Amino acid sequence: MRPAFSVILLTTLIGAGQGLFLTLFAVDAIGSLRGIPTAELRSFAVVGSVLSLCLCALGLVASFFHLGHPERAWRAAAGWRTSWLSREVVALPAFMASVAGFVMARHADSPAALWIGLGAASLAVVLFVCTGMVYVSIRIIREWASSLTVVNYALLGMASGATLAAAIAAFLDSDVKEGLVLGAMALIAAGLVTRGASLIRNARLPVKSTLQTAIGVKHPKIVQRSQGAMGGSFNTREFFHGQGADALRNALLGFLALGCVVPLVLLAFGFASAVTCSVAFSTQFVGLVAERWLFFAEARHPQNLYYQSIA
Amino acid sequence: MTQLALIIDLNVCVGCHACVTNCKQWNTSGAAGPLSDLNAYGADPNGTFFNRVQTFEVGEYPGTQTVHFPKSCLHCEDPPCVPVCPTGASYKRVEDGVVLVDYDKCIGCKYCSWACPYGVREFDEQRKVMTKCTLCVDRIYNPALPERERKPSCVLACPANARLFGDIHDPESEVSRAIREQGGYQLMPELGTNPSNHYLPRRKSELRIRADQLERVDNPRLIDTLPDTTRYAPMNADYDI
Repeated sequence: MRPAFSVILLTTLIGAGQGLFLTLFAVDAIGSLRGIPTAELRSFAVVGSVLSLCLCALGLVASFFHLGHPERAWRAAAGWRTSWLSREVVALPAFMASVAGFVMARHADSPAALWIGLGAASLAVVLFVCTGMVYVSIRIIREWASSLTVVNYALLGMASGATLAAAIAAFLDSDVKEGLVLGAMALIAAGLVTRGASLIRNARLPVKSTLQTAIGVKHPKIVQRSQGAMGGSFNTREFFHGQGADALRNALLGFLALGCVVPLVLLAFGFASAVTCSVAFSTQFVGLVAERWLFFAEARHPQNLYYQSIA
Repeated sequence: MTQLALIIDLNVCVGCHACVTNCKQWNTSGAAGPLSDLNAYGADPNGTFFNRVQTFEVGEYPGTQTVHFPKSCLHCEDPPCVPVCPTGASYKRVEDGVVLVDYDKCIGCKYCSWACPYGVREFDEQRKVMTKCTLCVDRIYNPALPERERKPSCVLACPANARLFGDIHDPESEVSRAIREQGGYQLMPELGTNPSNHYLPRRKSELRIRADQLERVDNPRLIDTLPDTTRYAPMNADYDI
């Protein structure tokens, strides 16, 4: 598939936003259960939630660039009964609204903040599932049609959000920063393991559709001589990344190095300082953009069987 | 329930692209808007088409066959493109099984084209909506057209009669008979989309006639003279010579 940058930005930005909110809400909830005065954690919770809201808003803006008719985007809520994309479109604003509610309640030190936050956290989880299922539900793209896709979206989003939460805690010099650094490292490692598992799975996927089943001729040797258009078409643009094998390798290296190794090293040896944590988050974000590019590029669409040579 | 479909006979298709041209002509002129061409007279022309004819070479030289393969929306009975549409713009009509896009509801997210394994939905770069074969819904029920022209444009254009159109759920229709009697098959059956359009396979054309059938049974030669035994070798036992 051709990587759509608007979609790559949408998923990486809201993933970080959801991960950030889930992390800060976990800290906030555990803190309040342990009887830590709410005022101490308030600035962390409020600043983090506002930042989470900004990330989601940026992602939402990016998603509009994917649409041919952005002015009709409101219609995308109509298909929620069958379409995971529609469910994602419903879940994202719902999550953002509940985070905004949490910010207001938390800022006012209202006891309702815990319940609003719980709702927002559940919506963050729902949104992770929806975003992942958008790809899982395309059964014909077998690289995507695996529960690992949902797990990867959630873990990688959580990891980047947790790193950002650690950076915010470091900036505010909060007591929770060491704990958050450890949490972020654990999530990065977990994401690396599950994404690695999906890479191995995809490399071993057996072929299901062939040129033989595509045109219904059983002969083992079939060569395409023309595809019905000399200058390309939507089919040649949308379903292939158009890069060589080295681009895929670079994207993989980018994900492994920038998305995992560098942030892990920075977090492990950076003494939870504000600078190292924010550099770790920026590097990780670039690495996750590479990961999402690879996610699209490695997906082999069966329609490409019909578009193997122009003439 | 009616399921309209096209049957394409690969044994007959000569790859002339008349169906492509007539499809484009009809569907670019309709009320639904044009099928845009971009850079039509430049070095890299491309545009929106509902139907394309591709060519494949089967086998190894000298034993090769050229297969011309027209490809358009297959109007699947279980279309994967329909449930994924976030707006409901993509739908399958209950009354005749035609899969359509409501161009006024489409937001142009292209998600349906990702779900279709056949690559038959094309995003129109000028109108910014997803477009696809409509089975000429604006022809087939059109009372302004004479009865015999109420067929999809591609079917009317085909000079070799390689395209049939009809209801595949009616067992006595021309298309159902063709599927049944000539080995009609579906594309990528392993994906469970259950396409309505079927293809008729290439067939080896040969005269199914025996040498003895070329001779009149009441040929006076058989009466007046001895039969030519060299020509009726398998029947030698019947004659006591």
